[in-house]
Amino acid sequence: MTQPAFSPWDDPAATPLIQFRNVTKRFGTFTAIEGLSLDIFEREFFALLGPSGCGKTTMMRMLAGFEDVTEGQILLNGQDIAPVPPNKRAVNMMFQSYALFPHLSVWDNIAFGLRRDRMRKDAVASRVDEMLRLTRLEKFANRKPHQISGGQRQRVALARSLAKAPKLLLLDEPLGALDKKLRQDTQFELMDIQETTGTTFVIVTHDQEEAMTVASRVAVMDEGKLMQVATPDQIYEAPNSVYVADFIGDVNIISGRASQSGDKVAIAWAEGEPQIQGTTSRQFAPGQTCHFAIRPEKVAISAQKPDAPNVLRGKVLDIAYLGNISTYHVELPTGTIIKAQTANTRRIARRSFTWEDPVWISFSDTAGVLLEH
Amino acid sequence: MKRFSWFNATSLTFGFAFLYLPMIILIIYSFNSSKLVTVWAGFSTRWYGELMQNEDMLDAAWATLKVAVFSSTLATILGTMAAYVLVRAGRFAGRTLFSGMIYAPLVMPEVITGLSLLLLFIGIGLDRGILTIVLAHTTFAMCYVSVVVSSRLTSFDRSLEEAALDLGCSPFEAFRLVTLPIIAPAVISGWLLAFTLSLDDLVIASFTTGPSATTLPIKIFSAVRLGVSPEINALSSIMIGLVTLGVISASLISKRAAVARAKDEQAAAGA
Repeated sequence: MTQPAFSPWDDPAATPLIQFRNVTKRFGTFTAIEGLSLDIFEREFFALLGPSGCGKTTMMRMLAGFEDVTEGQILLNGQDIAPVPPNKRAVNMMFQSYALFPHLSVWDNIAFGLRRDRMRKDAVASRVDEMLRLTRLEKFANRKPHQISGGQRQRVALARSLAKAPKLLLLDEPLGALDKKLRQDTQFELMDIQETTGTTFVIVTHDQEEAMTVASRVAVMDEGKLMQVATPDQIYEAPNSVYVADFIGDVNIISGRASQSGDKVAIAWAEGEPQIQGTTSRQFAPGQTCHFAIRPEKVAISAQKPDAPNVLRGKVLDIAYLGNISTYHVELPTGTIIKAQTANTRRIARRSFTWEDPVWISFSDTAGVLLEH
Repeated sequence: MKRFSWFNATSLTFGFAFLYLPMIILIIYSFNSSKLVTVWAGFSTRWYGELMQNEDMLDAAWATLKVAVFSSTLATILGTMAAYVLVRAGRFAGRTLFSGMIYAPLVMPEVITGLSLLLLFIGIGLDRGILTIVLAHTTFAMCYVSVVVSSRLTSFDRSLEEAALDLGCSPFEAFRLVTLPIIAPAVISGWLLAFTLSLDDLVIASFTTGPSATTLPIKIFSAVRLGVSPEINALSSIMIGLVTLGVISASLISKRAAVARAKDEQAAAGA
């Protein structure tokens, strides 16, 4: 049985939970966010991704109520949230530093928000126990934050921010302080919890792998603007700009002049080299500058000349051996370096080419993406 | 390297002798059984006993204690509030001026503080007595409290307060339930410092007191002018004890809190 795909953003009838409408935020003369519009839907796991200083944390702090909006509106369930102070918003936040109260036990930390709502004692207790079960922290209920490990602290912070069953949970670099192994485990845990509780999550991260793993949609930001908002596979396979292609994963970019016939484009990129054949749905004027972006894993490398729409020759400059895969840096006669990635299906001693060997690289005419800018 | 050389030992002895010999002599003579201060006639606690019979002295002690408790409490409240505003409120017009002004009394000669307060109290027609001493002590102790508390607040993680707001606290609740318990050691050591300062202040108290109120330092000072009595030695010894206790507990409390904080931070970093 297949589940219907979760994609409310493609459904014109769906009403978004959060709407940014032409939001601008300035700090003095510095513009952190500029004329930004964005819809986030209920039950989404939405990732804001970008380098530090791109405005992603500012967006989150505006949602939480710690920063005012300079221009424009943010709507939650159709209501402008500007006049609502942070303590009255149905939004909770998990802080990057976790911000656990050091003078309270794990139990009291989780109960903190519930007690502010004048909830009955037994209701508080049952809710806290539920949260402890969800985050597997039952054994640590009486410990103080400094008596537990970083991973446990991260779970306490999550439990505390989920306890009030917010409509929207904001996560500010939630896994930044964890080591890689623990981070991967926790990513899956976060996804499980998000699915179990049905809460809308908005996560801020600078780690593209993390964003790709957890999110239903990713917004790539740069200098206060949204560069692209799409599902992880669209962002990876069909980036809309060189910036996005370059920010997410590894990519080869070849720039040249386009000549289009139908959906096929030939790119003249260097004197004496064969033109690159690509496919696009965009329209390029004859001679227009275009950028051909292709992922290293879509570039094949071989010792014999293969039969493919695009074949270029070069020599191996460098090999990055990662165990399961190797990335070959191949220098073309023009000096351009193309990265090609292959799975190490054979023992390394049986590799048919090594440093300085002449090789052929090849790719199909649909493997890459043609970008205007 | 030899750590304990004769030179070091001598320097240490002289340094500490210079600082503490007078007090040690005073304490020793407070146990002298002779009425003549300078002649040793054997050990006795007689003067401590007589001190307890001296109504004047006891009244003065009681007044001093009252002044110290009220003024240090007031100074702690005001000093903490001032520190909170200075550290938290961000930039506002005249902030630099305000923060400079709050620390100025630290270096202001006591005579000037005392005189100006006296003029103020006369100007507004306030009868001089316990109340005016309390107000005066609050004024000068408050800046010490705010120095201690603001140094703690600058290292305080702002996101803790934001988390409290996020979880539904009003700004006042966030302060009461999160900020205050965490900075409590600094607030308490500020209080102890203010208490100690008030306990041994002579200059400002003499300026602002009236006929109805006499604090111990004033009492001692005026008694000594008529000649040193062993009773005064006993009283002074008790005061030395109290002040020492106050200062030591203040530094112990802030040191213990600092150690606990360092441990927490280490645990957090190592996790």
